[in-house]
Amino acid sequence: MNQRNWIYLGLILLLLAIGVWINLPNNPGIHIGNFNRDLDTRLGLDLRGGLQVLLEADLPADQQVDQESLEVARQIMENRSNALGVEEVSFQTAGTRRLVGEFPGATNVEEVLATIQKTGLLEFVDMGTTPPAEGTIVVTDFATGSSTQPTPAATEVSPTLAATDTANTTDPAATPAVGETQPEVWHTVMTGAELDEVGVSTDQLGDYMVTFSLKPESAQKFAAYTSQNVGKVLGIVLDKKVISTPSIQSPITEGRGDIEGGFTQQSANALAVQLRYGSLPIPLKVVESRVIGPSLGSDSLQKSLIAGIVGLVIIILFMLLYYRLPGGVADLAILLYALVLLSLFKLLPVTLTLPGIAGLMLSTGSALDANILIFERLKEELRAGRTLGQALPVAWRRAWPSIRDSNIATLITCIILFWFGSAFGASIVKGFAVTLMLGVMVSLFTALIVTRTFLTLALGAVKPKNLARWFGI
Amino acid sequence: MLDILGKRYYFFALSLLLIIPGMIMLATLGIPLAIDFKGGSLLEVSFDSGKAPQPADVIGVYNELGIQDARVQATGPDILIIRSPFMEDAVRSQVVDAMQERFNDTVTIRRFDSVGPSIGQEVASRAAMAVALAALAVIIYITYAFRGIPHAFRYGVCAIIAMIHDVLVVLSISAIGGHFLGWQIDSLFLTALLTVIGFSVQDKIVVFDRIRENTSILRRIPFERLVNHSIVQTLQRSINTQLMTVEFMLLALALFGGVTLREFAVILLVGLFMGTYSSIFIAAPFLVLWENREWRGWFGRNKKANALS
Repeated sequence: MNQRNWIYLGLILLLLAIGVWINLPNNPGIHIGNFNRDLDTRLGLDLRGGLQVLLEADLPADQQVDQESLEVARQIMENRSNALGVEEVSFQTAGTRRLVGEFPGATNVEEVLATIQKTGLLEFVDMGTTPPAEGTIVVTDFATGSSTQPTPAATEVSPTLAATDTANTTDPAATPAVGETQPEVWHTVMTGAELDEVGVSTDQLGDYMVTFSLKPESAQKFAAYTSQNVGKVLGIVLDKKVISTPSIQSPITEGRGDIEGGFTQQSANALAVQLRYGSLPIPLKVVESRVIGPSLGSDSLQKSLIAGIVGLVIIILFMLLYYRLPGGVADLAILLYALVLLSLFKLLPVTLTLPGIAGLMLSTGSALDANILIFERLKEELRAGRTLGQALPVAWRRAWPSIRDSNIATLITCIILFWFGSAFGASIVKGFAVTLMLGVMVSLFTALIVTRTFLTLALGAVKPKNLARWFGI
Repeated sequence: MLDILGKRYYFFALSLLLIIPGMIMLATLGIPLAIDFKGGSLLEVSFDSGKAPQPADVIGVYNELGIQDARVQATGPDILIIRSPFMEDAVRSQVVDAMQERFNDTVTIRRFDSVGPSIGQEVASRAAMAVALAALAVIIYITYAFRGIPHAFRYGVCAIIAMIHDVLVVLSISAIGGHFLGWQIDSLFLTALLTVIGFSVQDKIVVFDRIRENTSILRRIPFERLVNHSIVQTLQRSINTQLMTVEFMLLALALFGGVTLREFAVILLVGLFMGTYSSIFIAAPFLVLWENREWRGWFGRNKKANALS
């Protein structure tokens, strides 16, 4: 028994050390292999300000939304949003026909909506022989909305092409020439609108490739262009971002071609999807938008922080005055509870929102309740004339069922709320459930292990004689 | 010893007194739903000059943009909250610019929510479904946890009845606040309600646990006295937990400030107090009421049953 307490104390101190380390202001974060965590407190939009939009499939209500299409739409939305330069943009599916987009710090609704609602633009770009790396944002000469369709015979570029189309081998002089005259503007050969079908298949060796066919009117153009540019790179650019840089191996004369080059089934599919759905696979409309200005967000955060600290101080004083020695022990346990919970929020990570803070406060209440239940029982047993040595285990045994059952009921409620919240995109319900659930689990741990171990050890050290003074009976 | 159960019908009457006026208001005046649940736009702006224009002038700007039914609420010397029906994207972008121009002031957006009409209702009905399912699960769990004593099922049902009581009191208070103070039921209200529900159920189980324990210790005394005894034994704990939790919340929220959060604080305060109150004055008495089948005496048909109890 005694030895077990010392082991527990060791484990608690270890936990304390980990908790303190995680919450150090200049913590470097955890980076082990693929596991990367920066260990920052993540704040929801309601606390840091930003924009949230809810997009819904613009289809008749009774029509099923294809989940794969929704996922593709989500990816496209995320790609488009990244172009805004807002950090940590996220898009998530909510339910079966909605997407939630979050833009921390953004306040210009119109700019964001304009960007994410525009039709994706897929371009095939002449990249000569030294294409930019995939993922680069490039400038092309295809102007969105302009009436001029780009053709392979665009006047200012074709002389250069004519100069280099003589051989398959690289001509070092020609490509830089393009770079010098037009340092960053690449020429668009055709757009995604001219694609007819895109698919994935395998060649004789079983390697994956993306196949495509062109609309009849474009096949001719494309044949002319590819015949002249064998060996050069025809970059595929989606919303001005390079997504693939295949080179032309042979003229594509019949309006059918394929792209190969070390694809896995997944990457081939991904490229095919992007080629096929330069525009969204399903129409989306904005059904809800919420902007929280940075001042309101930081206001709420600051006030809840002050409130939390003041509340905690009052509780600590009350416990100490009312329950004396056990109260002091409970205070230590509550501080450890706060530390562990904060660490968990950073580790998992949990995004803190206002409903989340409400869940957190409620779970702190239940952590206190567990301690109060035990101490009230302890007083009862002491008043009934038991010695301290007898009373402590009895109080624990009797208080435990009520702590267990009341907390399990709360956990059950949390699980159901969380499940509903995620399945139907009710983020308030979800945010509340997550922090309450974690809080209740940690509070069970602190009440049962931490309070008990500390109290047993404290009693061993103090050996109180005057029960009235030490326990406030 | 304190006789709480003997006065149970007074407490029932008190609860009805709290609930019925609010329910009548809800039925006659409707639920004061915020845009979160009925759709619409809410724009909260601050004016950098430190002085907000007259509400009528703001409504004028809205009218010129073709938005009818705008309502303006001043929540500070330089802050206005403007509620209006759902705006189309094109209109939304013009509102702030139009105000800047008209009032010759820099307008900062603090909050700008725009919710489509169907979305809000869905959130509310989904949340209600989640709570209903959770209540069912709690009944099942309590029935299981109390399987060792007679009529375990009753404990779960009584806990949920008391929880519904708490929700009704909160709704009633909000209806009254909605009518007289312009409160609205928004997503923050939903958060408060979830908190109240969580706290309520947890508190019931603590009191019931004492009844469960006493049932096996004190076999000979009548059920009513046993329940009363259990309530009194847990009273100190109830008061302390209530003080701590509520004090914590209250302080937290009093410091929050702001009009919207003040509502939140009041609702939480009332709701959490009810969570403790209903454990003692609703949940436990209902167990006794059920045990005695007191409803048989309610309408004068069987006076004997009442007299026996």
